[in-house]
Amino acid sequence: MILALMRRTGIFVVSVAAASVAVFLFMAVLPGDPAQVALGINATPELVARTRAEFGTDRPLATQYFDWIGGVLTGDFGRSYVTRDLIGPQLADRLGVTLWLVGAAMVIALLIAVPLGSFAAVRHRKLSGTVISGVSQLGVAVPAFLAGILLVQVFAVQWRLLPSGGWTPPDQDFGEFLRGLILPALALGLVQGAVLTRYVRSAVLDTLREDYLRTARAKGLRPGQALVRHGLRNAAVPVVTVLGLQLTTLLIGAVVVERVFVLPGLGSMLLDSVAARDLLTVQGIVLVLVIAALLVNFLVDLLYTAIDPRLRRS
Amino acid sequence: MTVLAVRGLSVSVGDTELVKDVSLEIGAGERVGLIGESGSGKSLTASAVMGLLPEELDVSGSVELDGRQLLGMPERELSRLRGRAMSMVFQEPMTALNPSMQVGKQVAEVMRLHRTNQDPRAAAVDLLDRVRLPDPRRAAKAYPHQLSGGQRQRVMLAMALANNPSLLICDEPTTALDVTVQAQILDLILANTQGSALLFITHDLAVVATVCERVLVMYDGQIVESGLVLDVFTAPQHRYTQQLLASSDLESTDENGRLKTVSHD
Ligand SMILES: Nc1ncnc2c1ncn2[C@@H]1O[C@H](COP(=O)(O)OP(=O)(O)OP(=O)(O)O)[C@@H](O)[C@H]1O
Ligand SMILES: [Mg+2]
Repeated sequence: MILALMRRTGIFVVSVAAASVAVFLFMAVLPGDPAQVALGINATPELVARTRAEFGTDRPLATQYFDWIGGVLTGDFGRSYVTRDLIGPQLADRLGVTLWLVGAAMVIALLIAVPLGSFAAVRHRKLSGTVISGVSQLGVAVPAFLAGILLVQVFAVQWRLLPSGGWTPPDQDFGEFLRGLILPALALGLVQGAVLTRYVRSAVLDTLREDYLRTARAKGLRPGQALVRHGLRNAAVPVVTVLGLQLTTLLIGAVVVERVFVLPGLGSMLLDSVAARDLLTVQGIVLVLVIAALLVNFLVDLLYTAIDPRLRRS
Repeated sequence: MTVLAVRGLSVSVGDTELVKDVSLEIGAGERVGLIGESGSGKSLTASAVMGLLPEELDVSGSVELDGRQLLGMPERELSRLRGRAMSMVFQEPMTALNPSMQVGKQVAEVMRLHRTNQDPRAAAVDLLDRVRLPDPRRAAKAYPHQLSGGQRQRVMLAMALANNPSLLICDEPTTALDVTVQAQILDLILANTQGSALLFITHDLAVVATVCERVLVMYDGQIVESGLVLDVFTAPQHRYTQQLLASSDLESTDENGRLKTVSHD
């Protein structure tokens, strides 16, 4: 158990290291010299050379990498080539916003998918089950930005219940923070919830056919009880897999939703820095996103072992 | 005293009848065997009695347990009888237990659910001991994958016996096990079901001869022959029973006139 945990942690650390090299190299081979880009085409060669020395991009790649990654380990992502501001603090701020958004969306997706998916599975021969499947099928086809625009139209523009965009930090005014979070989280979470509903349904359907569920019924558990006490935990294994993949999708979806709702998250920061050709900032953001994806994978692995005792020994 | 009375039981899917007009009675303390080839409808009959048929199957006829009609009984009421007044040991020990729950908990649950015991956890350990699971205290904490097939079937049996049901149905409880383990499990079933009605499904004639007093022969969804084990096995009437006996190595009887069986000492 401990050994398996250490092995998984080791794999995680190694993949993060490999990912950082990959991100760094990818940015390095992109055409365009950061100094030249930052100064524009009219800059003199001397100025370019001086700026290059200032950025440190005239040094060998290996030196640049270790300098960069060494800083990252202490939270220092360097200074933006464009604004000359420190990247780290801004990244932390923006990451906070995105995590709130993605976290809330995930909770919404789960709150939708687990009950609805289970219900649709239990009633798969009845009309209600078929209706839920059909609706979730429809939901899958709606892109997050469209859902966002629709939600804004109805709740913000027509009914004026909620703000159509913008961000209030939770420590400033928690009520306002929640009101601002609801629509973007719904835009992101509803669609993922629809996708997840189908996976929950099929996982629960498979579980319902298991012999041990019949055993549970033979003991005197009613169908719902049997499913909750014996089925859901086992159905969770395939659902967690999908959940892990979805979290990555959610990060990408967040980029779009942050745009629609004018949220100062990582996604909008990424789009802004790409537009400004702020390469070092892009590099930092991409690294954080990749690490987030790897972390999700790592946690999913740990969750498996927590759920399924059969995986604990090896 | 009649515990189980099944009359005119039919199970069908669409227009196809899988079980046709089955009738049987089992009294308290009586052990009845149900034999028949694979696909003849034995498991369906058992599931119909337990009220655990898959939704897509239709059932008709009458199933009475201790004088109460089970067919058409509301699920809520029926579930109070399952695991308490009647219980079942299933054909497949490898998959019949929940893989993510300790077996002690699974055994305790059936007592907790029906509130038949003050201390279900301790009672579960006692039951595991009663079905001869070595080191029952530790076994209670094991997950199914840590137990052998025979051990799992003992756990199933412990679960089925927990509330002293008046009817126990065993659906080929030993088919998946090797011969020595098979004999031990049979002994356990015999030793622990003295006052109960037992419906024992198998296609092993030797097992029927060991366990049962009466036997029902099922063929293509129907009961084609029934009677005392001795009568049926020595003078089979139906062509299928004759073939079954001919193909088994059970022709000879021992000096007491009993059919030779798997020895289990
Ligand atoms: N859900 C179902 N839908 C349609 N047909 C079914 C269903 N369940 C069982 N059957 C059919 O009913 C027949 C009887 O099945 P049953 O499981 O009762 O056989 P069995 O006598 O227990 O056989 P075995 O000895 O192999 O366990 C089989 O032909 C099977 O294909
Ligand atoms: Mg069967």
